[in-house]
Amino acid sequence: MANLTRKKRPVTRILHWTIFLGVIGCVPVIFGGNAYYMYVATLIGIYIITSMGLNFTLGYTGQISLGHAAFMGLGAYTVALMTLNGYSFWLALPLGVLITFVAGLALGLPSLRVKHHYLALVTLGFGTVIYLLFSNEYEITGGFSGLPGIPRPSFFGLDLSSDIAFYFLVAAFLVLLTGIALWILNSRWGRAFKAIRENDMRAEMVGVSLLTYKLLAFAIGAAYAGIAGGLLAPLMKFVDPTSFPVHESFWFLIMLIIGGSGRFEGPFVGAIVVMLLPQFLRGTQQLYFVIFAAITLILLIFWPGGLTSLLDVFFRRVLRRNPPQFTK
Amino acid sequence: MNNILEIAGLRKKFYQLEAVAGVDFEVREGEILGLIGPNGSGKTTLFDCITGIQRPTAGEVRFMGKRITRMKPHCIYQLGIGRTFQLVQLFPGMTVLDNMIMAIQESEGTVLSRLFQMDESKDEKKAIELLEFLNIIHLKDQIAKNISYGQQKLLDMGMVLMSKPKLIMLDEPMAGVNATLGKEIAERLIELNRRGCSFLIIEHNMRVIMNLCHRIVVLDYGKKIAEGSPEEIQNNKQVLAAYFGG
Amino acid sequence: MFIQLVVSGIAIGAIYALVAIGFTLLWQASRTVNFAQGDFLTVSAVLMFIFVCLGVPFIWALLITVVIAAVLLGFVVKKAIIQPLIDRSHTTIIVATIALSFLASNSVATFWSAQCRAFPQIFGMTPYRFGSIALSRQNVWTIIIAISLILAINLFIQRTKPGKAMQAVAQNREAAKVLGINISRVTTMVFVMNAVIVVFAAMLIAPVFMVRFDMGAQLGLKAFYSAAIGGFNQIRGALLGGFLVGIIETFSSAYLSTEYREAFVLVVLIAVILIRKEGLLGTEEQ
Repeated sequence: MANLTRKKRPVTRILHWTIFLGVIGCVPVIFGGNAYYMYVATLIGIYIITSMGLNFTLGYTGQISLGHAAFMGLGAYTVALMTLNGYSFWLALPLGVLITFVAGLALGLPSLRVKHHYLALVTLGFGTVIYLLFSNEYEITGGFSGLPGIPRPSFFGLDLSSDIAFYFLVAAFLVLLTGIALWILNSRWGRAFKAIRENDMRAEMVGVSLLTYKLLAFAIGAAYAGIAGGLLAPLMKFVDPTSFPVHESFWFLIMLIIGGSGRFEGPFVGAIVVMLLPQFLRGTQQLYFVIFAAITLILLIFWPGGLTSLLDVFFRRVLRRNPPQFTK
Repeated sequence: MNNILEIAGLRKKFYQLEAVAGVDFEVREGEILGLIGPNGSGKTTLFDCITGIQRPTAGEVRFMGKRITRMKPHCIYQLGIGRTFQLVQLFPGMTVLDNMIMAIQESEGTVLSRLFQMDESKDEKKAIELLEFLNIIHLKDQIAKNISYGQQKLLDMGMVLMSKPKLIMLDEPMAGVNATLGKEIAERLIELNRRGCSFLIIEHNMRVIMNLCHRIVVLDYGKKIAEGSPEEIQNNKQVLAAYFGG
Repeated sequence: MFIQLVVSGIAIGAIYALVAIGFTLLWQASRTVNFAQGDFLTVSAVLMFIFVCLGVPFIWALLITVVIAAVLLGFVVKKAIIQPLIDRSHTTIIVATIALSFLASNSVATFWSAQCRAFPQIFGMTPYRFGSIALSRQNVWTIIIAISLILAINLFIQRTKPGKAMQAVAQNREAAKVLGINISRVTTMVFVMNAVIVVFAAMLIAPVFMVRFDMGAQLGLKAFYSAAIGGFNQIRGALLGGFLVGIIETFSSAYLSTEYREAFVLVVLIAVILIRKEGLLGTEEQ
């Protein structure tokens, strides 16, 4: 489970993709009979997409965003409102992506003037305002009663409304977005993102336009969350503001840190662990929050690379390859 | 001879303190200009103002006739001014090779083309040549923060050379570098200079400065107190006074 | 009506200011932005409530809580969480305090109660009457206590030796180190001080807000907004920001819109950050 980067041998790369596609394909074979398990699996796919988006902004570029739940909400409400008014999902989703992309650009603007905690504040403020709009603009969003009856899409006449079919739709998006993320991160954009995270002053001194790349990192991250939201709405067939409070953005943050921020596998590991663990344990939601918050703190202090870095060390030991190397 | 860099009436004020208090000088094309002065005389602040990291309070900087005073640092870099730092500034979590390629990738193409350009063999070859010259080729896949300070210093220098700048500004290139390596660096500088690259160098090692530079500018308390050939500077009473308080 | 609004705006603003001062102290001493500030408040209020319920006289409950908070929320948090992360990026510390906030509030919900409890009205219920104007005891005492605390903090920083060391660290860490100031110890002291300030703020707010595991979340954010509006690196800034936020909030919800009362503060905040990012009274930092 080393980083999937350009320098990997083709064999390793094919192996990774085979495992990835294999796991996706096996889930419905094993759990297909149980609607709840399929729902959880689909939800995991959606959360992986959101975390991948956050990984662009926070993990690779080092810009904190506490507005990710709001982006997800924008995507979800766009798809919900359009499909409820008779438009096709395939028109609604791109529009949702466009809206979140533009919102991401807009939210990226302050990142040029302010850093760290001020940026955290501005994005938090953005998240709060969007949440207030969702809850209070009854005429459009239905307020706290939400928008029920969102239809699931079909694809060229192929009906995707069954749980398994919808799972495959989300899986297809996940594979596509994983490919795109790999592409972007292995391109010169990816390197520029990392350079900004590592040393933004020096990045500027080797010709990196902070304006361009910070905005891109925000906008791409937002668009990913927008797609995730656009898939969440038809999955739940219902949207309401309580799915997208500011609190939820903190939750994405914790998911990413647990998985491994700035590592390609981070969002996958994070979303799977955070979503699956509660299925095995029995307890209140608050108890999981306590557990995950504690895990996050421990990881931050001792293994900033998250569970991915631990797995990395584990696999290297097992395979008796190079001695473990901790990267930042 | 044309001036590649002209500085006119440059000032930088921090709160009440004037770190650069009205400096004028120029770097001529093809010249190695030394910038010396006691600690705290405003040399590094001057560098920051030229490269766009700090905004000067007043005054003007021109590069090849073009006013660059209010430009963004990345634009100034792309015009052809490269710079190293007193305390090395790298991308600590990236490999040595990635650090090198990072130094050039933004100089060519458009933003969009950078997303689609996957073939980097040309830049990689250039980076490897430079790393070989700097004698740190064996470290090319190491993470930059794991190599020694001297090696980091060389990498910093290598990054500057990647984009073939017209003017190179070095902030204490010899500090923390051993004598043999220092000599090699000096040779390389002269070689680059012969090919037409101009230099502006801050250095405390007087022997290096006197041997290397064609002309020297001396700063003290943010003001230029002397300018001239190495011989003239060595015999300048004001300079001696500034350094030794005599 | 108008006078009452002003008084209650000032009262809530005084609490924001108090919590915001804690914020700015932490920032100045250790560049820590404490997203868990509000949850520190919750924990303090819950502790106080538990002791009061056990029959401990209020003043003792307060003192015991101060001691526990100083150790747990000051000393332990500093040593166990902030210390190991202090050399990493600001963003790491922000994420850590967000996790800490989750940990604190959900621990309260899990291990104590997720229900809402009424805190005793320690200042009494009968309002003070001045002619035709009636002012709630709660508000009047909040203002008196908060302002005396703020004055005491100021006096401590200006006049005492440890206070001066704090100032030195805030202004220039390197110089402070050269002067032989133990930065780590000063930082720990500031964390302890912050915890104590938070306990008093909790005492003032608990009778109004009721005790609940998420009571601090909003308050912590408001204090954060106050600090940012007024200026992160200035106590005066936190003070101004706190009163400003309190008054904007009270008046906008009375005269404009209850649903969007949070939004008004945010609009002011975002405007301030974008126009003058150091805040109204803050100074530029490196």
